[in-house]
Amino acid sequence: MGRIMANDDRVKLACRGVWKVFGRGAEEYMANDPTPTPDGLRAAGLMAGVRDVSLDIGEGEIFIVMGLSGSGKSTLLRCLSRLIEPTAGQVFLDGIDLLRAGEADLIEIRRHKMGMVFQHFALLPHLSVLDNVAFPLTIQGVPRPEREARAREVIELVGLGGRETAFPNQLSGGQQQRVGIARSLAVKPELWFLDEPFSALDPLIRGEMQAELLRLQSVLKKTMIFVTHDFDEAIRLADRIAIMKDGEVIQLGTPEQLVLEPADDYVAAFTRNVQRAKVVTARSVMGPIRNTSVHQIVRASDKIADIAPAVIEAGSPVPVIDEHEMVIGSLAPQVVIDTLIGKDARA
Amino acid sequence: MTDLALHPRALPRFPFWLLWAALAAICITLWLEPGIAAWAVKYPRAMIVPIAQWIGAAMKWLIAHFQGFTRGIAAAIDIPLQVAFAVLAKGFTIGGVTIPRLAWVGVAGAAAIAGHAFGGMRLAVLSGFCFLYIALFGQWDSAMLTLALVIICVPFGVALGLLFGILAYRSKKLDDWFIRPSLDLAQTIPAFAYLVPILLLFGSGPVPALIATAIFASPPMVRATKLALEQVPEDIQSFADMTGCTRRQKLWRVMLPTARPMLMVGVNQVIMMTLNMVIIASMIGAGGLGYDVLMALRALKIGAGLEAGLAIVVLAVALARISAAAAARRVRHAPPAGAKFAGRHPHFTIAVAWLALTTLLSLGVPGLGTLPKDMTLTTGPFWANIVEWINIHAFDTIDAARTWLLLSILNPLKNFLGGIPWPVFVAAGALLGYQLAGWRLALLAGLMLLFPAVTGLWDKTMLTVYLCTISAFFSCLIGIPLGAWAANSSRVDRIMTVIVDTLQTLPSFVYLIPVVMLFRIGDVSAMIAIVFFAVAFAIRYTTAGIRQVPPDLIEAARAMGCTPRQIQWRVQLPLALPAVMLGINQTVLMALSMLVITALVGTKDLGQAVYAALTKADGGGGLVAGLSIAFLAIVADRLIVAGARRLRRRMGLPET
Repeated sequence: MGRIMANDDRVKLACRGVWKVFGRGAEEYMANDPTPTPDGLRAAGLMAGVRDVSLDIGEGEIFIVMGLSGSGKSTLLRCLSRLIEPTAGQVFLDGIDLLRAGEADLIEIRRHKMGMVFQHFALLPHLSVLDNVAFPLTIQGVPRPEREARAREVIELVGLGGRETAFPNQLSGGQQQRVGIARSLAVKPELWFLDEPFSALDPLIRGEMQAELLRLQSVLKKTMIFVTHDFDEAIRLADRIAIMKDGEVIQLGTPEQLVLEPADDYVAAFTRNVQRAKVVTARSVMGPIRNTSVHQIVRASDKIADIAPAVIEAGSPVPVIDEHEMVIGSLAPQVVIDTLIGKDARA
Repeated sequence: MTDLALHPRALPRFPFWLLWAALAAICITLWLEPGIAAWAVKYPRAMIVPIAQWIGAAMKWLIAHFQGFTRGIAAAIDIPLQVAFAVLAKGFTIGGVTIPRLAWVGVAGAAAIAGHAFGGMRLAVLSGFCFLYIALFGQWDSAMLTLALVIICVPFGVALGLLFGILAYRSKKLDDWFIRPSLDLAQTIPAFAYLVPILLLFGSGPVPALIATAIFASPPMVRATKLALEQVPEDIQSFADMTGCTRRQKLWRVMLPTARPMLMVGVNQVIMMTLNMVIIASMIGAGGLGYDVLMALRALKIGAGLEAGLAIVVLAVALARISAAAAARRVRHAPPAGAKFAGRHPHFTIAVAWLALTTLLSLGVPGLGTLPKDMTLTTGPFWANIVEWINIHAFDTIDAARTWLLLSILNPLKNFLGGIPWPVFVAAGALLGYQLAGWRLALLAGLMLLFPAVTGLWDKTMLTVYLCTISAFFSCLIGIPLGAWAANSSRVDRIMTVIVDTLQTLPSFVYLIPVVMLFRIGDVSAMIAIVFFAVAFAIRYTTAGIRQVPPDLIEAARAMGCTPRQIQWRVQLPLALPAVMLGINQTVLMALSMLVITALVGTKDLGQAVYAALTKADGGGGLVAGLSIAFLAIVADRLIVAGARRLRRRMGLPET
């Protein structure tokens, strides 16, 4: 399938033809046959965790990798962060090949450019909240007053001010993950990896944490690579989503594109139960420009669910404007209602 | 062996029962007509391979070339040891000024403070009382010598264990080919066996005792370290990498601190094994409580021996409880930022202050430093009277029981095992190994059992097998029902836990004291001491095994209308069997290790051979006899574990 570039933004992290093949002799096998078939691998006693993945992730983008367990999503994340070595392919951070970096370079890159949040928090049980958050700075040799000041700053940012002296086992799951998030932000990373950060939390807390993450992102504007098995979570957070199955990316697009044009039945199965109105924007369902007397306007990027009351209230089509305040179409109340009840209302 | 009978529809396999029948036939034939193959009945002297001499020669060479080096090491190790002795027991004299040792009031108080730090008020009272007891009963000097040895040995054992545990974790090859085999040997070769080479290399006095103790006590730390590192969650390891930790930072700042609770379990074990070994090692010149007991026993001063023995028990209990509490402790709240050292470590500060204060005061008030003789109590005559009373009034009964055991159980088994021709025994071990786990185990069992034969120790080996078998049998006979009882009643379990904990805390040597007093020297005494020492393992594993039977299975049985007895016999015990077998395994291994200690009360087996070699400074002979014991232990361990694993697989239980 075609690759979708991140609009016109600068590409922060890119990968080309990344493979991760597990099993003895995987490298030799890949050297002989750079594009192996699943059957061929199985016959050789090998297993592909990631199959030929190429991505461009733009600066400041929330990029979500979504897949069920065993789809290779966490393996892909670990290839991108080089926690495991890809069997083949290239990974570029700011245009520099990460896989060529030596051990010392990699340590430097990770110390200053990367942060990661883990599913099971991965907090150090013997350190207080403050020391946990300051830990990445500690191992860089940042002096105590400086690192503690920075740690307090991010602890405040994630809303845990006042719990600095607590130990991880005294905190709830949600609080622990806030510590995990604060810790990953302590070094002001450019790349932010989140590996199923909310999967271990209760649904209620999960929703709260998702909102918290969006709030943080609106302030921090990090490049975020977020892995999840929860399609609703992906829809809620993503700028773009890559759906993975059996190690392959089977569709890549915005939540709206996935919902409106699922690439196959597998993707359609996820999107079927999504409330379209929460995903679809005015741009996708608007009609041609019409003269109207209504004083209401909507933006092309607005989600239908958010503007539905106003449009229905207006009673007749309202103009749609783009980011340059130009009118580019109109939105009729009937279209909005069709979208709300899930009817395919594309013009 | 009855595999075929159990699986009539299994693929036609080699009829193993034929081989067993053949072995039995050979055995009976040779028993009736020993003349047919005299070499098989008794291993010919001419065929003995002089491995002992070879080892002795190698050792001579080593000593000739490395003694200077090793003596240098010994001198270096001696320094902290002498400091500890001086601080705790002897006091310093520097340039004519005498600095006293730590006051007994101070040490007892510090022990109570340590107890409070880790386990609250109850532990504070217990540990304070333990040290008070030692002082009151006049065992202070010896106990402090022992404690000083423990204090110096434990860091050695822990450091050694950490080092090899980390190496084993980092390199699987090193672990498979060097560390794990070494651990197996270090835990199965009796310490007496490697004492001789250590004595020769490092000279006499407390240093070789310390080195032997470190070798003896570090294996559990190695295993705990490796296990603890392996159990660090993968997320945390990834975190360390993603944060940009160097290898060293990852290990020391992330992995080891995260693994701390498990590591502390290892430290606790090192402390207990160190105490155990220090007691034994004190017999080779380190001095201390063990030496007092041995001297009293030799002089038949029953009361004095018991008193010193009780001091060992009390010291062991205090150390065990404090270190176990320290291992189980959880960090609570970080101290307020900017707190001074005293604020961060209040217990430690108070303990040091208390020690300094009391020691300073003891300059003016000597009673604080050393409890005056007329204030100490002694229960020696009391114990002597009790033992005397028992011996006068119950001698006939005890002696009759002893004789009966000897004549109707011990001797027949001894004669039976002694009568098996050595090739038959070796072949039986190999065959069993093959059936349980294939040709590798067969080879291992065969070769290891052959070793005592070709080194001319076969008769002593069979005596060992006999004493170990009978002791393990009685341990299981007592321990398994007790364990089953405890598993089904929480009240019994609570009592049993205290008993088992205490039994496992006591240094092995302690068990000999009362037994020898009542049953005199000989096989029966050795057996009873071994049973007391080993029974704890049978109890513990049986209880644990029954506890892990899935509760829904028991519910299902109850729903089908099983009586409690049926549930116990038809559901719980069969399912607990693999765990119980591991308990039997531990029991056998413990019995073997205790066997060597019982050599002190005059048995004639391999243990005696090791002990005799120690007294003759015959390094080669000691090591060969020690290796024979180690090989017996390893073969027994591998066979029982393989059997348990087979059983688990057949029952579809998860492998452990």
